[in-house]
Amino acid sequence: MRKLLIWLPLVLFLAFIGLFASGLFQPDDRIIHSRLVGHPLPAFTLPAGASDRSSLASAQLATGKPRLLNIFASWCVPCAAEAPQLMALKQAGVEIDAIAIRDARLDVDGFLKRYGNPYARIGLDARSEVQMALGSSGVPETFVIDGKGRIAYQHIGDIRADDVPMILDRLRDAQ
Amino acid sequence: MIAETGLAALWLAAALALLQLVLAFAGLRGGKPELLAAVRPAAVAQGVLTAIAFALLITLFLRSDMSVLLVATNSHSMKPWLYKFAGTWGNHEGSMLLWVTVMGVAGAAVALFERALRRDTHMATLGGQAAISLGFYAFLLFSSNPFARIDPPPPDGQGLNPLLQDPGLAFHPPTLYLGYVGLSVAFSFAIGALLTRQVDAAFARAMRPWVLAAWVLLTLGITAGSYWAYYELGWGGWWFWDPVENASLMPWLAATALLHSVTVLATRDALRAWTVMLAVIAFSMSMVGTFLVRSGILTSVHAFAVDPSRGSFILALLALYIGGALALFGWRIGSVREGAPFELVSRETMLVVNNLLLSVILGIVLIGTLYPLMTEAFGHKVSVGAPYFDRIAGPIALTLMIALAVGPLVRWRRDRAAAVGKRLLVPAIIALLVSVLLFAFAWGRTGILPFLGLVIALSVGGASMAPLWKRNLLRTPLFTWGMVIAHLGCAVSLAGMACDSAFTVEKLVAARPGDTIQTAGWTLRFVQIRPLAGDNWTALQADMQVDRGGTPVLIHPQSRFFSSPPTTTSEAALLTRWNGQLYVVLGDEVEDGRWQLRIWWKPFVTLIWLGGVLIALGGALALVGRERRGWLLKWRAGRSEA
Repeated sequence: MRKLLIWLPLVLFLAFIGLFASGLFQPDDRIIHSRLVGHPLPAFTLPAGASDRSSLASAQLATGKPRLLNIFASWCVPCAAEAPQLMALKQAGVEIDAIAIRDARLDVDGFLKRYGNPYARIGLDARSEVQMALGSSGVPETFVIDGKGRIAYQHIGDIRADDVPMILDRLRDAQ
Repeated sequence: MIAETGLAALWLAAALALLQLVLAFAGLRGGKPELLAAVRPAAVAQGVLTAIAFALLITLFLRSDMSVLLVATNSHSMKPWLYKFAGTWGNHEGSMLLWVTVMGVAGAAVALFERALRRDTHMATLGGQAAISLGFYAFLLFSSNPFARIDPPPPDGQGLNPLLQDPGLAFHPPTLYLGYVGLSVAFSFAIGALLTRQVDAAFARAMRPWVLAAWVLLTLGITAGSYWAYYELGWGGWWFWDPVENASLMPWLAATALLHSVTVLATRDALRAWTVMLAVIAFSMSMVGTFLVRSGILTSVHAFAVDPSRGSFILALLALYIGGALALFGWRIGSVREGAPFELVSRETMLVVNNLLLSVILGIVLIGTLYPLMTEAFGHKVSVGAPYFDRIAGPIALTLMIALAVGPLVRWRRDRAAAVGKRLLVPAIIALLVSVLLFAFAWGRTGILPFLGLVIALSVGGASMAPLWKRNLLRTPLFTWGMVIAHLGCAVSLAGMACDSAFTVEKLVAARPGDTIQTAGWTLRFVQIRPLAGDNWTALQADMQVDRGGTPVLIHPQSRFFSSPPTTTSEAALLTRWNGQLYVVLGDEVEDGRWQLRIWWKPFVTLIWLGGVLIALGGALALVGRERRGWLLKWRAGRSEA
């Protein structure tokens, strides 16, 4: 009995090591995916986020043509890195709307002046409420919205140059 | 040049650690005293070299040398000097170098000052310490070189996480590290004693000051960390059961058990196997904590360096050292004789009860911390939050508090239950009175745990003073004073926790400048909101005039914005009064010029940290009390020789 007790800590410890090792080598999956993928957008109405763009409401996103909804902020560094890809998508004829998170109109204007403006409409989500409702947890994030106003795909993080063809495919699939 | 010198010092120190290990091993194996004679100088030189390497890294940070990768990624030339300084260990590589430095310096201290241990056990201990250090040197030199250069150097660094830009956090990690690594000394002692089969009272007396010192520093570190989280994160809580918090709590629980068990071994020569086991567990918990924080396998608000390759390195070290120590324990402990026997009603039994309760709490915290990992291994994702820990650990902690009150009133070896009962009469009466009073005034307003917490805190507070009863206070040994103060500190902390969870008043409002808010007897007048610029931040500051029937005081909650990296932190305004704290956080602008304000009145919340400081003070007094005699004797011996 005593002998067993003496070796028990080592056995327990080895079990822990096994557990740690399995945790360590498991694919790292800490990204929060929206539960709304495949569902209609939640209803929202947002005031205009930039001085030369109109406001944004969820109803305006079900137009029969798939489009992108980009979540960004003027204070977000990866958003600036993402800007050229969004411009390229716009050149390719994609309609892009945006929600600016925790932002001020003047800052957004400055951001668009500096990095270009690929957006048709920009809504200002000053308290991230719509962002939360969408199931988005950070900036930048991009949603592919199908013609009926349903979320077809959620892209977490910035769109890199090599993501562009994939985004175009997703848009075509959402037709 | 500085960076290269630092790296060279680190390599040299690693080589010396290897030498130290080989010398100790070969010397003990072959019984060659001439080899053993070189172990102590090697340990001292190794300690000095690590200190030099660390000092050089600090220099690089203070000079904002952006050609060093670590400085460029964790510092910024615009930063105030204190945070450049603290930036040295506010990152993965720097904190690992701090770890190795503390270990090296502690090893040097063991080599220089340890006199009570038998020579062979002493040498085995130093060999063990060198073996542990070697693993960490390898980790630094092969996978996390803090002195790596970057070419071309960036003009400015990326900055330090603004949450960490706080004087409290500048000194919280070094304090904790001193504690963690102090436990590595206890671990090495245990290894040394197992190797030379010298687990006895003399060994325990030699180990005790190291355990005490480590425990005092851990206590201070945890207390400081808890207060930092309380005022810096702006959520008004003082304990989150976050994996990083648990990583420091678990070694503390084990060290507390070890501290008591080593006293039993030193005074009564009992609990030999148990003491060695706890010494192994205490340091293991430090390492497991470090691993959990560094490997990124658990998500936490302030874990950093998410990196599986480094994680596997630490995991390998963990398996090697802890697994090795536990195997050595299994192999050798059978040959260690049982210690002195004791009766059921005795101080020893009470200390065993204390040890068991602490171990159970440790187990609960460990399981709660690792549970998400276990379920993930089976494909489910869960998170374990405060309710689990509070509900399960809470009642056991309260039981532990009762044991803490009873223990010192029981005699060593054997006692009579009736006599103990008599000594407990006064605390029992206090408990009864408090319960009646609380029942009359607060029943229904507090939950059951806070209610019990308050009752137990007050009676334990009374009982913890009982060992001083009818004694000449001037002639009472410092060690006894230490115990009394530390136990009183536990009661004080518990009272603070119970008051906070039972009587806190919270109010969330949206207010415009000029508005007046009433809550918990306080009147808060929102005077104005204005922008403010600091060293490397800008802020919006609310000026608020608050009073509670006296002279109004101005307080200034802020919302701070740091530009690199871009982050917003909220600086809560705290107004401390003797009976509690007013805690105000400025939130976002809502609409039409109104601002969110979160206001808490927290009665007696400061007792939590006051208690923590008392516990550490008690430990420090006990340390001085135990050691002073030895120092005096040594000093006198030195004088008579000269």
